[in-house]
Parts: sequence; structure tokens; C-alpha cells
Amino acid sequence: MSGTLYAGLGWLPKPPADFAAQCRAVEREEGDLGRRLQGLANHALGENQLNQLAKAMARARAAGRSLAPLTPFKLGIISNATSHFLVPTLIATAARHGIALDCVEAEYGQLLQEALAPDSAINRARPDAVLLAIDHRGLPLQQPATGDAEAARATVDAALEQLEAIRGGFRAHGNAVSILQTIARPPESLFGNLDAAIPGTLRNLIDGVNRGIVGKTAASDDLLLDVAALAETVGVANWQDPTLWNMAKLPFAAEFLPLYVEHVCRLVAALRGKSRRCLVMDLDNTLWSGVIGDDGLEGIVIAQGDATGEAHLEVQKTALALRDRGVVLAVSSNNDDAIARSPFQKHPEMLLREDHLAVFQANWRDKATNIVAIAEELSLGLESLVFLDDNPAERAIIRQTIPQVAVPELPSDPALYARTLLASGYFEAITFSSEDRKRAEFYQDNARRVALQKQVADLDAYLASLDMVMTVQPFDETGRARITQLINKSNQFNLTTRRYTEPEVAAAERDPDCLALQIRLADRFGDNGMICVIICRRDGSDWNVDTWLMSCRVLGRKVENAVVQELLALAPHHGITRVIGTYKPTERNGLVRDHYEKLGFRCIDRQEGGATVWELDVATAPRETLPMEIRRLGFEVEAAAD
Amino acid sequence: MEEGEVYQKLNGIFMDVFGDDSLELTPELTADDVDGWDSLTHIRLVVTTEKAFGMKFSAAEVGALKNVGELVQLIRSKQ
Repeated sequence: MSGTLYAGLGWLPKPPADFAAQCRAVEREEGDLGRRLQGLANHALGENQLNQLAKAMARARAAGRSLAPLTPFKLGIISNATSHFLVPTLIATAARHGIALDCVEAEYGQLLQEALAPDSAINRARPDAVLLAIDHRGLPLQQPATGDAEAARATVDAALEQLEAIRGGFRAHGNAVSILQTIARPPESLFGNLDAAIPGTLRNLIDGVNRGIVGKTAASDDLLLDVAALAETVGVANWQDPTLWNMAKLPFAAEFLPLYVEHVCRLVAALRGKSRRCLVMDLDNTLWSGVIGDDGLEGIVIAQGDATGEAHLEVQKTALALRDRGVVLAVSSNNDDAIARSPFQKHPEMLLREDHLAVFQANWRDKATNIVAIAEELSLGLESLVFLDDNPAERAIIRQTIPQVAVPELPSDPALYARTLLASGYFEAITFSSEDRKRAEFYQDNARRVALQKQVADLDAYLASLDMVMTVQPFDETGRARITQLINKSNQFNLTTRRYTEPEVAAAERDPDCLALQIRLADRFGDNGMICVIICRRDGSDWNVDTWLMSCRVLGRKVENAVVQELLALAPHHGITRVIGTYKPTERNGLVRDHYEKLGFRCIDRQEGGATVWELDVATAPRETLPMEIRRLGFEVEAAAD
Repeated sequence: MEEGEVYQKLNGIFMDVFGDDSLELTPELTADDVDGWDSLTHIRLVVTTEKAFGMKFSAAEVGALKNVGELVQLIRSKQ
């Protein structure tokens, strides 16, 4: 699981099947080449794919194409190990971070010589930064010092002095920033468990050197690349590959190359000010388990002691910790505003409160429009935002419509949400000051609501791309329990809020004057299950819509339009000429007040208390084509084909 | 795995590693015959092959390979 998260760059979406072909085609395309390359790079690419992308970039450059709007950066690389293989993967990965990278490799075999000689390849090139890719074999750590504390100290000091000399040389000759790596320890131990306690063991020497590297880079404006932590995260036994070292002096196992270059590029991007600053969060099933509009305060789970609840609590803790280090928090949710705020105001187990949030957007408009409004309100570019949402369809539409926003992929298990968000590294920082700490307050966390301007997303194109399949079926025994459950728990998208027991649902199933339908929706992300229940009762040649409810998860997909089209298709077979819908207002279903009006029904009655009655004439109602395939199951009478 | 299947799978690997979908594998094919098949690409090829076939090669085994045909034999010997 976590093997794929780190080594496999699990927070990035998988590349398209024709990735190689897309790379080859890129140089012939018109338009912003840089943006296209960034889009291609923004996937979980393996070493081969990174090389394919790098080749495409090299060909484009050779043809004189500009890589705008990618920001140029020149990186020098020195290493005691083989480093040439890093170059194409660094270049491709840098595009992911909006950087057009140029790499300069050392000519001299000696690291110190490359740093000190004014005419070395790297010094002549005047890079913006130099990566000191030095591992434990590249420093004088082999002097025997086992058990000798003083000799051990001297060995560590000598190693640190060498690093100082190297980075001092680059600084003196071209004012280049050095990226210093901590050292990954080999898994081999001399004593076993005692290695940690005996001075001068390789483990302790490396520890000492790493402490020194961390201290010195912190006190300077050079950068720290914590390779020791990276290797620990994936396992030093996995990181260190003796076969590859012996074959070609390759410093670590091939499978971690994408991860390593990703971390180098994060630092380069941070140097160019590209670290992100705002986390926009979805609510339902992201910050808590459940849907607040349907489940209510009593129904959502954030509880300690509940496995899923704990997972979402961890997401909240992570958000708070990020806020504490200066990341601004915002919410974007499809929900009624007051209902969405209620857990923040009243739920005893919520860690996040309204005053932790700079902006709080809970409404029924699409999230892309909302996220654009959030960015504008905070005076941040879209490239400063990270969007966290459990729903793959929501993630996809944001990536498609506002690709500058970072949207980490999330696994299906919420227990890994927090880890995945942090692994994605979008908030990589190279400094931390008291100003950063206070940044959240600067945005005046008053959880404000922002007025929306124009619609952002091209929704029709997106809906078509979802490959939706709607399955319409009469009530049956298999679906009965689920139908009853939906009828009893649905509150928001519920026109009449009639509650029925299972026997009553069975009666509707058998009633020949009753059209009772259960509707499922699948899309290219998976099966959403049963998302709509509708019951129409015959009265002469009228159908009265007794019950119509839908899951809020599939709002904005035109499912309700498709349901109307189904009723129109089925009506003639039942001798129905008119469909009558009623809206009975409750505290929770304000969302559907205009439901029938939006579907082209005509209002025929307004009652005391806000109830409304609507009619649709079957013969004259317009027929629509909708962005989904409709399948009918279990009907005795074959309705007309679409 | 039949020899033909190994060649087919290996062909996909070569296309991935070299980014070239016109490559055709023959038993006599060597690094001299393919543009960009240098020592580092060779290692990438070996690593990708190991992962795809679920096996590991030693430095000696890799060092002894003279052409694609021998790679195929090595793979089959470990299946």
C-alpha cells in the first residue's frame, strides 16, 4: 500500500495508456508547449516514462521551441556515484513543477576539484543551484574508528569539512546555492543491535554527519535534501542495492528514482517560489465519514474509537498542523451553507472550527467556480491551491477545468488520506519563520462566504467524458431493503419526504397503479449504486409523483432530467398524459424547492406553508438527449428505445 | 512461458525503455543495433525486465549477455 504511495508517486494520477505516443506527438502540437509538458509530467510516471517525456522535451528544444511558461532553472550535479541517469528524469520531473530545467554535470572525477576549480564545468556554467549527490561511499567514513569516540568525532568532522569546502567552492565561484543530501545508511550492521551504542560504527558516523549537515544547512541559505529520511521511509534495505552499485555505481535502487528526483524538484520549485499555500477541503467523507445533509449531526462519524472516524479525524489534525505552519485553510462543499457549518459549530468531536478557515464555500454550484472564487478572495493564484476531495469524479473535473490547482489522488481507504496529503509534498517549504506561523491569521479566519461570479467549468463536455450509465429498474425484492433505507434516510434531495416501511415498499412494487423505479448510476470511476427512487401513483390519466429522492453525490449530472425523460417514455404505455409533482418543504429540502420548475413543469398550485404543485403535459414536454446511456432492466412492457 | 510469449513481452519492454514503437526484436539484436542503447539504458532495460518478469539477475548474469537471444534464454531459465 504505502509502497505504491512513495515509490509509485501515489498522489499523482496514473498516466494515460497512450502516454508514449502523446510524448512523441507533443513537438508537433501548437500552443503553450510548456503547459502541455507540465500536464504530461503531472502523472505517476516511472523511469521509462520520464525518459520518454525528457526525449520529447529535448526534441522540442532542439527544434527551437520555447518551453514557456515553464520557469528556467539551471542545476549543477556532482556525485561520487553515477549521476548521468539523473538528468533526463530530473528534466521531466521539473516540468511537473513548472520548471524548465537545464542540467550541468561535473567533468572532474574529484568532487572537491569540481567545486574549487574556477574553470570546472559546473563553475563555468554558473548554475542556480548545485546538487551534491554524495552518499556514504563518497565521504571519508571508512577510517577504522570502531569503539573510539575521539577518532569517530574526528572522522565525522573531516567528512563535514569536506562538504563545507565543496559547497564553499560553488558559492565562491558563482554564488550557487548547494543542495546537500543527508546520507542514507546501509542496512548492514557490524554488531547487530549494539551498532547504535558503539561510537565509530558506520551507523553512528553517518548519524553524526547527518546531524552536522542538517545544522549547517539550517544556518545558511543552502538547501537540505533529506535522503536519509527518504530511504528510511521506503526502507534502507530496499534503497541500497548492492547489485546496481557493483554493476554501474548506481547509488540507490532503480524503483526509487522517480521519488528521488521528485524531491529534488520540490526544492528547486520551492526556490522559485512555487510552493503552495492554501488547502481547500471538501467536507462529506473527507473531513468526516458520512454526508451531513443526509445523515445529520448524529449520523456523521468523527468519533475517537471508530476506525473510519479516526481516519477523518487524522485529516482534520493534519489540516490544523498545516495551518499552524502557515498554510491557509478553506472549504468547498456541495451542501446547504447552514447545514455544512453545523458540525463546525456544534459537533463535539470536530477539531476544525469555523475560525480555522479563511473561506467557507458551501453551496450547490460546481466546485471549480467555487475554487476560483476562493483563490480570488485570498488574492492567491490557482497554482497556490491544493484541493482535497474523496470523490474521484470531483477530483477529475477540477484537474480538467482548473489544472493549475493540485489535486492529490486519494486511495479508497480513508486511513491513508492524511498520509497521502502529506506525501504529495505540495506545501514543501525551504524556510520557516514566525511570519509563516502567523500567515493564517493574516487571512482573517472568519470563514467567509464569497459571492460567485461566472460559471467556470464546461460541464457538458465533462459530463460526456464521464461515460455514465443509468440503470432503471422497477422495485424488486433484491432492491427492497436498500430502497427502504434510501426512502427513510434521504432528507435533502427529497421532494415529499414520505417515509415507508419495507412492507409498504413491497406493496408499491405489487400495485399495478404504481410506477415504482429504482435507479443506479455508474460512471468511469465506478458504480455509485442506487442513487434515485421514484414512485408515481396513477390517478386516471395522471401520474402523481408520490416520492422522488436522489443521492446528493450525483448532483449536477442531469440525472433528474434523465428521470423525467424516462417518465415521458414510459407514460404512453400506461395511458398517462400528465405528470404531477408536489414539493413539500421541510427544514432540510430547500435544495429542491425549484426542482420541478427547472425541469420545465408548470406551477398549478401554491399552498399555505410553502408546498407547491406542478404539472408536465406528456405530449408537449420537450424531449432531450442526455449525456448518459440508459439501460432498462426487468420491465415487462418494452418502452420505446431512446 | 513459450519462447514466443517471452519475445512478445520483451518487445513491449523494449518499446517502453527506448520510447520507440517500431523496434522489432530478433535473437541477434545487440546494443550496437539500437540508437541510444548505452550502458545506463542497458541497466534500465535490465531493471524493467526484472520487474516485468518478477525475477532478479546477478551482475554476472547480466554481464555475460551478448544479445537479445541470450536474454530470452536467461529469462526462461529462471521461470
